[in-house]
Amino acid sequence: MTPQTQFMILAPIMPAREAELRQLLASMNHAPGRVNPDNTLIPFAQFDTLHVARLLILDDQTTADVGVHGLPVPAYPLYFALLGDIDGNENAFLQELARRAAVGLSMLFSCCEGFTSTADLVAWMKRHRSPAIANYVNCRGRTLWQVREEAALRDALENYLTRHASALEKMPPREIHAQLAAFIKEETAISRLMLSAEEPTPLGWWIKDTLHLIGLPVLLLLALPLLIVAAPFYLLRLRQLEKTDPALYPSVDQAWSDALALGEDHDVTNQFSAMGSLKPGLLRLLTTLGVLLTVNYAARHLVRPGRLGRIRSIHFARWVFIGGAKPWALVKTARRAAFFSNYDGSVESYMDDFINKAGFGLNASFSNAIGYPRTNWLVLDGCADECKYKEYLRRHTLPTQVWYKAYPGLTAIDLERNTRIRCGLESASMSNEEISAWLALL
Amino acid sequence: MARPAMNQVDYADVQGLLRFGYKHMTQARYALLRIKNAAAARAWLRTAPVSNAMLMNPPPTTALQVAFTAPGLRALGVAESVIAGFSHAFRGGMTQENRARELGDVADNAPEYWHWGGPANEVHLVVMFFADPQAFDAFVQASTGDVWNEAFAEAQWLHTENLDGVEPFGFADGISQPQLDWESQQQAAHIRYDYSNVVALGEFLLGYCNEYGKLTDRPLLDPDAANTDLLPALDAPAKKDLGRNGTYLVMRQLEQDVRAFWQFVHRQAGGNEAEAQMLAAAMVGRTRAGDALVPVQQQPIPGTGTNPEQIRQNQFTFDHDPSGARCPFGAHVRRANPRNTDFPGRPTSLLKKLITVLGFGPQGFRDDLMSSVRFHRILRRGREYGCELKPEDALAPAPPDDPRRGLHFICLNANIARQFEFIQNAWMASSKFSGLTGETDPLLGNHQPVPGCPVTSVFTVQRDNALRQRVTGLPQFVMVRGGAYFFLPSLRALRYIARAGDQ
Ligand code: HEM
Repeated sequence: MTPQTQFMILAPIMPAREAELRQLLASMNHAPGRVNPDNTLIPFAQFDTLHVARLLILDDQTTADVGVHGLPVPAYPLYFALLGDIDGNENAFLQELARRAAVGLSMLFSCCEGFTSTADLVAWMKRHRSPAIANYVNCRGRTLWQVREEAALRDALENYLTRHASALEKMPPREIHAQLAAFIKEETAISRLMLSAEEPTPLGWWIKDTLHLIGLPVLLLLALPLLIVAAPFYLLRLRQLEKTDPALYPSVDQAWSDALALGEDHDVTNQFSAMGSLKPGLLRLLTTLGVLLTVNYAARHLVRPGRLGRIRSIHFARWVFIGGAKPWALVKTARRAAFFSNYDGSVESYMDDFINKAGFGLNASFSNAIGYPRTNWLVLDGCADECKYKEYLRRHTLPTQVWYKAYPGLTAIDLERNTRIRCGLESASMSNEEISAWLALL
Repeated sequence: MARPAMNQVDYADVQGLLRFGYKHMTQARYALLRIKNAAAARAWLRTAPVSNAMLMNPPPTTALQVAFTAPGLRALGVAESVIAGFSHAFRGGMTQENRARELGDVADNAPEYWHWGGPANEVHLVVMFFADPQAFDAFVQASTGDVWNEAFAEAQWLHTENLDGVEPFGFADGISQPQLDWESQQQAAHIRYDYSNVVALGEFLLGYCNEYGKLTDRPLLDPDAANTDLLPALDAPAKKDLGRNGTYLVMRQLEQDVRAFWQFVHRQAGGNEAEAQMLAAAMVGRTRAGDALVPVQQQPIPGTGTNPEQIRQNQFTFDHDPSGARCPFGAHVRRANPRNTDFPGRPTSLLKKLITVLGFGPQGFRDDLMSSVRFHRILRRGREYGCELKPEDALAPAPPDDPRRGLHFICLNANIARQFEFIQNAWMASSKFSGLTGETDPLLGNHQPVPGCPVTSVFTVQRDNALRQRVTGLPQFVMVRGGAYFFLPSLRALRYIARAGDQ
C-alpha cells in the first residue's frame, strides 16, 4: 500500500508584496474558482502523485474576536500557504515540486519574508513546513494512479455496456459478470487498460504507523490515573466556561459571502478553508489538542475507508495550528487554528451534513474557538443552532485563491464505486447476492 | 422561551397562500411590478385587500397576495439595516452568478435571457390575484385603479391556466405536500427514525421553531414608534419580529416543451405506447394518474392523511425499494423527496447507534448517502400556464404558432438556502445524486456538461438481478424563463413596510 501524505508550507507575506502575490495567484486560474491545471507557475497536471492542492492567503477576518475575552488583538503577520495531499513521501514530492516549478515557486515565495532568489527551494520549504495536528484521508492507499486507472476501467465498461446493451439486458447477472471480466482481461492484455497491483507498503512508514497505533493507547493507559483524578475538575471548569464563554456570531458581511461563493461550485467537489482563534486558557488548549489527537488517531487507524463517521463526502481534511505546530508555542504565541477540506457538493449541503451526521465531532473540535455557538458537555448543542452556526462558519471561511483537484468530476462516492467495480471484477468467487450488488454498481 | 400559548398562530396575520392553495379559485394571475412612485406604492399597499389565512364561511371568491424582492423593499424605503436582517439568499437574489450556477441556470437558462427577474428586468414585487372565473376581471379592475397606475410600472402579467390539477406534461401534480405543524405539537427531536410528513411550522413560517428546534434568522428590530404593531420575537421578546408570520416565496417560470418530452419518450419506446407511458412514469416517479410506483405501506405515516386516496398516493417511502427497481433513484419525485430519515435504519440499542454514528454501520454502496429530508421540504403553490396539449396530441409536430406552456413554479419556505436551493442544487441539478453519475433530474435537468462529466443527459432505470437500462441523450425539456426570491410578509409586516419610507 502506498500511504498518502500531506504537506503544507506556510510563510508570512511581505506587506508590500501582497498585491503582487494576489496577482500571481489569480494568474494560475482561468477564472475565479477555476484553476488552470497547466498554469506556468505550478503545472499541477504534471504531478502523478498530487491529489489536491491549494494556495491561499490566510486572510483571517476574525482576529479581533479575542476582544470579547478581554484580550488585546495580536498583530499577526498575513500568511501565505501552499498545501496539498499526495501519494508517498513528502520529501520526494517537494523535490519534484522544486524541479518542475522552480521559477513559479520562487516568484511566489519571493513575496514572503525571508526568501532570497539564491535560497535552496527544498530546504526553504522544509523550514516553512506546517504539519497538521489531525489529518483525514478518505481511503488510505488509494493512489492517484489507481483513481485514474479505475476511472478508465469504468469508462471502458460503460462503453462496452452501451455497445452490447440489448444482449446484456437479457442476461443473468453471473453471465454478465463473466463476460465483462473476460472483456477487461483482453483489454488489459493488450494494454488498453491498466490495473496495477498495489505497491508494497514502505517499511519505515509501517513501523511508524504501528508505533502510533500502539503508542497512543499505551500513553493513555499510563496517564489514566492522572486523568481520572483530573476529570471532575476538568468537567467542572468546562461547564463553567461553556456557560460563560461569550458566543459571537455577527452576520456575515454580504460582500465576504459573495466573494467566497464566487470560488465555489465549479466542480462537483469544493474546497473549504477556515480559520479562527482559540479561546484563552489552558483548558481550551488541552481540549483542542486532546480532541484533534483523537480525531487523528481515529482517522488513521479506526475509520472505515470512505467514511468519516457517517460522512462520505470528504476526500481529504486537516486541522493545523497556524504559526507553530509545537504545543508549547501555542500557549503563548500561536493560538489560531485552521481547517482545510475537500468535500463533494455545495457548502450548504456540507454544513447540514456536518450538523446532522457529525455534530458531536464538530462541536468537540470547533467549540474551543472563540465565538462558537454555545455547547453543552463539549459535544451537545453548539452547531445544532443552525443559523448561528452557519453564520459563524461562513465568517471564518477564507477565500481560497487557487484550488486544484486531479480528478474533476469525480466524487468520493464515484471513487468508491469504481474501486468496488474493480474488486468485483477481480473476484472469482462471489455469491449470487454479491453479484447482484456488484451489477447494481454499473 | 416559547410556550404554547405564544406559539398560537394568528391566522389573521398570515397571508393565506401559506395555508390554502386557493384551488377552488380556478383563475389566477400574477402581476410582476416595478415601483415607479414609492409614495403611491405605499399608499396602494395600505389599502390593498390582502387575504389572510382565516377560514371563512362561505369561502371567499377572491384573494390577493403580495410579496417583495430585496430591491423592492429598498425601493419602498425600507432601511438598509432592516434589509440586512433577511437571509443572504434573499438579499443576493436568484440571479447572483454563484446561485445561478448552483441552480443550473446556465447556458440557455441563464438569467440574462429571462423574460423577467433577470439583470435587465429585475422586479420589485409580485401581486397575485386569485378568483372565481366570474369574479376575476372585476376583482382585478377594482384592485388596480389610479393609485396602482401611478405607483407601479408593470413589468409583466403572468397568466395561468387551470388544467385541473395536471401539469403540462400530463401528470397529476400537487399530490404530495408537507403538512404544517400549526400547533407546534411535534416535539423538536434531535434524531428522527421514521419518515414523517408533519413538518415544523418554522420551516415554512418565520418566527417559529424549525426542524432544528430553533428560529430561523430574520430581521429583529429595536422597538420604536414605527414598529409598535409588530409582534415580539419568540426567542428575543425585547425585539420586534419583522419576519414573524411571514416567509419566503420562490418563483420560477419553467417553460415545458411538452412535445419534446412525449416525442422523446415514444422514440425511446420504439413507438410502443405502454412502454412509453412506463418510461414517462419512471422519469416522474408516479403514474400520470398520480399513483406511486412503490407499494404503499401498512404503517401510517404521520401527516399523509387517512382517506383511501391519500393513503394510496402518499403512504409510502422508498425503504422497500432499496435497489431503485420500482422507482428509479433518479426519478423526479425521488430526487425531490427521498422520504428518508435522520438515520440509516432504526438502531436497536445505544451501542448499535454508536456504531453507525462512528461510521462502522452498514457498508453498502448506497447506505446513508443522502441528507435527511425533513430539513429540505418545500410547500409548492405553483400554477400552470399555456393551453393544454394532451400527450397523444404532443406527438404531432409543432405548428408555427405553438403557444408556450409550462409551470409558474412557486414554493414557500423559511430558509431558501436550506430548502429550495438545496433541493434544486443537491438533488435536482446534481449529477451525483444518490450515487448516480452522469444524470440530473430527467424533467428539469439542463443537461449541460460539468467539469470532468461531459455527459449529464442520461436517465437510468435500475432493475433487480439484471443490468440497468440506460436512456441516453435526454434533451432539455424545461427552460427557465424567469425567477426571483420574494419575502411574503405577514399583514403586520406589510403595514410596516407600507409605512416604511413615510417618516
Ligand atoms: C416544470 C417543472 C416541473 C414539473 C413538470 C414537475 C412535476 C412534478 C410532478 C408530476 C410531481 C408529482 C406530484 C406530486 O407528488 O405532487 C412533482 C412532485 C414534486 N416536485 Fe416537481 N415538477 C417541476 C418542478 C419542480 C421544481 C423546480 C421543484 C423544486 C426544486 C420540484 C419539487 C417537487 C417536489 C418537492 C415534489 C413532491 C415530492 C414528494 O413529496 O413526494 N418540482 N413534480
